[in-house]
Amino acid sequence: MSSAIEIAAAVRSGARTARSVAEEHLATIASSEGEIHAFNHVTADAALAQADEVDAKVARGEDPGPLAGVPVALKDNLCTRGVPTTCSSRILDGWLPPYNATVVERVLAAGGVPVGKTNLDEFAMGSSTENSAFGPTLNPLDPSRVPGGSSGGSAAAVAARFAPLSLGSDTGGSIRQPASFCGVVGVKPTYGVVSRYGLIAFASSLDQIGPFAATVDDAALLLDVISGHDRMDSTSIATPPTALLNDGADVAGLRVGLVTELTDVEGIAPEVRAAVERAASALEAQGARVERISVPSCIYGLSAYYLIAPAEASSNLARYDGVRYGLRVDGDDVYEMNSATRDAGFGAEVKRRIMLGTYALSAGFYDAYYGQAQRVRTLIIRDFASAYERFDVLLSPTTPTTAFKFGAKTEDPFSMYLSDICTIASNLAGHPAMSVPFGVGSDGMPIGVQVLAPALGEPVMFRVARAIESAGGAA
Amino acid sequence: MPKQPTEQVSITRSDVEHVAMLARLALTPEEVGEFAEQLTAILGHATDISSLDLVGVPTTAHPLPVTNVLREDVIGTSLDRDEVLAAAPSAEEGRFRVPRIMGEA
Repeated sequence: MSSAIEIAAAVRSGARTARSVAEEHLATIASSEGEIHAFNHVTADAALAQADEVDAKVARGEDPGPLAGVPVALKDNLCTRGVPTTCSSRILDGWLPPYNATVVERVLAAGGVPVGKTNLDEFAMGSSTENSAFGPTLNPLDPSRVPGGSSGGSAAAVAARFAPLSLGSDTGGSIRQPASFCGVVGVKPTYGVVSRYGLIAFASSLDQIGPFAATVDDAALLLDVISGHDRMDSTSIATPPTALLNDGADVAGLRVGLVTELTDVEGIAPEVRAAVERAASALEAQGARVERISVPSCIYGLSAYYLIAPAEASSNLARYDGVRYGLRVDGDDVYEMNSATRDAGFGAEVKRRIMLGTYALSAGFYDAYYGQAQRVRTLIIRDFASAYERFDVLLSPTTPTTAFKFGAKTEDPFSMYLSDICTIASNLAGHPAMSVPFGVGSDGMPIGVQVLAPALGEPVMFRVARAIESAGGAA
Repeated sequence: MPKQPTEQVSITRSDVEHVAMLARLALTPEEVGEFAEQLTAILGHATDISSLDLVGVPTTAHPLPVTNVLREDVIGTSLDRDEVLAAAPSAEEGRFRVPRIMGEA
């Protein structure tokens, strides 16, 4: 199997056809998808048609684009015209979006070949894919373990070599945590770098789309393709960082801070902390200077997140009312129809978050809950700002442990929420962060190291990630 | 006078029923009991921030310093009406069809 960069180069030069690449990956999907369940929907015919278009461009001497012939798996909360888009929820049963998300248009225009829609926790609410209405995705490295979530299908698709690239969305860690669990690279870009037009909204002040890949450079390739201003998303910024592919620069002289609140605390497995320390030593060996740094308000991130995200979700998910799309359960009047539809269409975790968010926003509580959580966001942004006066990037674990077993955290919702404890602060601050595989735990499962950078710090973040990747990770 | 969450947040069954009505969720009696317990537990964890003194700290709604985006008011293409209505559970005469809204007979 080849990297995305190798495939695109081979297809552009005419050494390989996009069709042969697509057929090879569709064959891998056909042989193993039954065991993994990475996809809600495989789009084999559309993939072959797009591959043929890429080949026709090559034959005509046209540039087929930087993703020429590269298979890409799409999280099933990204709208795809005429292709079912479910968010792994019954409430979108039968819905065919009338338009493509901007990121899907960009992948197609770059010559990428979408191969299917990947499984997720319903409406991206969860950390294991166990909340999918269509059953969980299995971790390709150990089928008794979860792939992480919510973008578990996208992470598993890359780990199982169904596609060299995939797209996910990250609201509190939903790209980085499954990347860590499946041993692949996952990136949450700066808020505003990638257009969310056509991403079905969960928590709008936090959601961001980003890439999964087997290597840091492949992730950079895809992020370069999908980033950029889009007038259809008013939160997209005018001039996002570009040219993230290897710029040849090394990490000599960079200042790297190891975040104590996310690393040296109870709940972080000792072997995970040890891997982060080895990654820090590897950066030191390459000329970086590493010190521990305190970002005190990080400890309030989880509480702030579990007020802000459900509050925004309760508002965003009000649109599933049985009127405009998807499921309808009949009732005598519109109130009964709305309520019966939503009760039948949403799973337990989605209802829990809608209830939590509606409560937090209800009369009299708004300022005490949502307002207070937004003030905590300001504290976190201020603490990061002072950390970045002394450091170029920060490091931490991506997740407290390696991938857990199915059912391990389904009884107690809060224990599941804790698996996002290291990733949430970046969403609250709007900063970029990415997970790079680095070593394995005693259970043989991969460990992820998280690289955090200030807003629009993607170039330095990728440089550090590349240095960590090149160091291997063996203990 | 805004209500203040206390150290012991306690969500009752009638709180859950009220919120379920606001959220348009027809919960079963079992779900009402479960959510009362779970919301109490989850909001209990949030007391660590509700007790912080953050008077004078501004709220953050958007993490980057961007301002409202304006564009020219020009006519563009929008989604095709028939295609959009085709996705609806029920439509009639170019509109979404819903059960009765008011109490009319």
